[in-house]
Amino acid sequence: MSQMIVSVSPHFKDKTSTQSIMRDVLIALFPALVAAYLIFGWRSLLVTAVCVVSCVGSEWLYEKLMGKPNTISDLSAAVTGVLLAYNLPVGIPLWQAVIGSLVAIIVVKQLFGGLGQNFANPAITARIVMLLAFSGTMTTWVFPDAVSSATTLSILKGEGSGSLPALKDMFLGLRGGSLGETSALALLIGGAYLLIRRVISWHTPVAFVGTVFILTLLLGKQPEYQLMSGGLLLGAFFMATDYSSTPSTNSGRLIFGIGCGLITVLIRVWGNYPEGVSFSILLMNILTPYISKLTRPRPLGGAKI
Amino acid sequence: MAGRKLRGIKVPHKKNTADKGPKRMPVPPMVCVPMSMHIGAPAKPIVKAGDEVKVGQLIAEAGGFVSSPIHSGVSGKVKKVEDILLSSGQKAPAVFIETDGEQAISEDIAPPEVHDFKSFIEAVRQSGVVGLGGAGFPTSVKLNVADTSKIEAIVINGAECEPYITSDTRTMIDEAQSVADGIELLKKYLNAKNIIIGIEKNKPDCIKNFNKMFKGDESVRVAALPSVYPQGAEKVLIYNTTGKIVPEGKLPIDVGVIVINCTTLAAIEKYIRTGLPLYEKCITVDGSAVKNPENIIVPIGTAVKDVFEFCGGFSKEPKKVLYGGPMMGIAVPDLDQPVLKNTNALLAFSEGEAQLPKESPCIKCGRCIASCPLKLSPVDIETAYKLSCPEDLEALKLNLCMECGCCSYVCPANRHLVQTNKLGKAMLRSYQALKKAAKEEEK
Ligand code: SF4
Ligand code: SF4
Repeated sequence: MSQMIVSVSPHFKDKTSTQSIMRDVLIALFPALVAAYLIFGWRSLLVTAVCVVSCVGSEWLYEKLMGKPNTISDLSAAVTGVLLAYNLPVGIPLWQAVIGSLVAIIVVKQLFGGLGQNFANPAITARIVMLLAFSGTMTTWVFPDAVSSATTLSILKGEGSGSLPALKDMFLGLRGGSLGETSALALLIGGAYLLIRRVISWHTPVAFVGTVFILTLLLGKQPEYQLMSGGLLLGAFFMATDYSSTPSTNSGRLIFGIGCGLITVLIRVWGNYPEGVSFSILLMNILTPYISKLTRPRPLGGAKI
Repeated sequence: MAGRKLRGIKVPHKKNTADKGPKRMPVPPMVCVPMSMHIGAPAKPIVKAGDEVKVGQLIAEAGGFVSSPIHSGVSGKVKKVEDILLSSGQKAPAVFIETDGEQAISEDIAPPEVHDFKSFIEAVRQSGVVGLGGAGFPTSVKLNVADTSKIEAIVINGAECEPYITSDTRTMIDEAQSVADGIELLKKYLNAKNIIIGIEKNKPDCIKNFNKMFKGDESVRVAALPSVYPQGAEKVLIYNTTGKIVPEGKLPIDVGVIVINCTTLAAIEKYIRTGLPLYEKCITVDGSAVKNPENIIVPIGTAVKDVFEFCGGFSKEPKKVLYGGPMMGIAVPDLDQPVLKNTNALLAFSEGEAQLPKESPCIKCGRCIASCPLKLSPVDIETAYKLSCPEDLEALKLNLCMECGCCSYVCPANRHLVQTNKLGKAMLRSYQALKKAAKEEEK
């Protein structure tokens, strides 16, 4: 009789894996890619492809050089690539997109220990670095035909000239902005998919979007436009829900979402930048370890020590 | 009653054998009865090589207060008494009996005299019954409460939440009367006024049947529980039926609750009614590598391989064999290991299920935290263990962990969280021992 395998229980395993989760995120991001193509044309696909290839390639290369196990098959680098691309204007020079990808994967993810160890969201951090380094190209927006030439956020702020697009156009994504952030419809479809597949919990997006809505309503800043402007929906569903850089408890996720919403509104209304989603997520990323610790569930029956 | 139920996880039920009434297996040529099939001191053998034994005959006395006597499940001749290595890694003497196939019942068998609490506990002790749900804690010790007026509730555990296993289900169907009479014994001798039979909703027949049996009885109630793993874990069952929380380092009786498994109760009732002690078990034989999944009754000490053979052998090459269910079962290193008192299932899996996916880095998804019924934070425990921080393990209440396996089951990175918790507990134990010693030194 051959030797039996002896291992510690449990001997059963749920089918969900890191790879299946990341695959679900990619699927959820797909409608926004279709929207980007329809709104901004083929270059949106090119920028996305360049980011994905540079992210996956740099992860592979880094791990190879460092003698670390190869992890590109977990698809997390591909997710980072897509998210970064969605945060860039469609006209971004490709070499800048490559540099952004390197920052995301090498600096923000790998130097902090790889998947699960990074304290900040790689795509968001890379976007902010690019915004500082390439502020010209990063704020040169391409507008779909027949749409006014200022972003809705600058119009809302009273800085840009022109009129707001119709709400219906906003919902479909016919407005200026980063290539993957404009279509509320596509992002909501993707977000719903993530919720149904239980990849994310409702806590972060609801708290984030809800806070922005309530605050802008109170401030009289056209909440219906605020929700669909800038990168709010992309951020709330896809980036403020990143596992490693956000709290791992549901109550923590609520706090995280509220914090993001608060900072976003502060920046949008009073800050120097028109958009605050990226900054708000990055700031809350920094607070994550404390939120996680604060909201850690109390073990059932645990005595005080 | 408890409003919110504790969380747990959905696991596949795989109760393939629920409709299969137990078959009795012919006695194997040889049985090997270990002296350590319970928590506590090993039993002391009172037979030696060459002795004739009969079914139900005492072959080993309890080795201490927390211990249990052992009876022969076969008639035949003692071949040898020798140390063996058990699956738990423990070394213990075992009595090997060559069977004669007669299955002659011992003349000593007679119903015990039971008339009060003390004689009831003594009878439970003599019956050789230990926690048959899997724990193996001597039942007489559990029931021997200092003051029966402290008992607020007795919970009969018929949850059977582990996948595959249906032996408790069979007890509740085939020996329903025994369970019911056992409940009467608890009422009479433990003065129990509030008895709750906890059964998962995936066994509607059992729920219906007990509801009918105890109709009009104020003191007995059936709790139909969601089929969520680990519903049958003691602390979870207590919370979900009574709303009580067992504090760290305390026993259920400290909050006025006793939990007793339905098969355990039936075995006690059987002994008191007939004088037949615990010497055989109904076990579920199943798993992807088993040809004919069945429930079968075997003498304790029967070799695992004989049991599988009776079930038509293997359909595929077995790579992993378990005592108990896939969530908490213990892997059997070789097929010569015997069936123990607390074995409720034998599962055999082929290559596909036997190999678990490889570990990958934790992605901090929080699924382990969300799944833990006791609200522990396995991901943080793992970090604390890796950093060798026993203080953190203590603060994270690692000692509460019941190793139910929910966290490992849900982890998408396949982290070996239960294994880490076991190792962490050892680290914590030595730390707490040192701390205690240091404190004593100070005094
Ligand atoms: S479930 Fe696994 S991957 Fe997720 S936080 Fe827990 S240990 Fe990490
Ligand atoms: S930490 Fe312990 S009690 Fe909690 S799910 Fe994991 S094994 Fe079960």
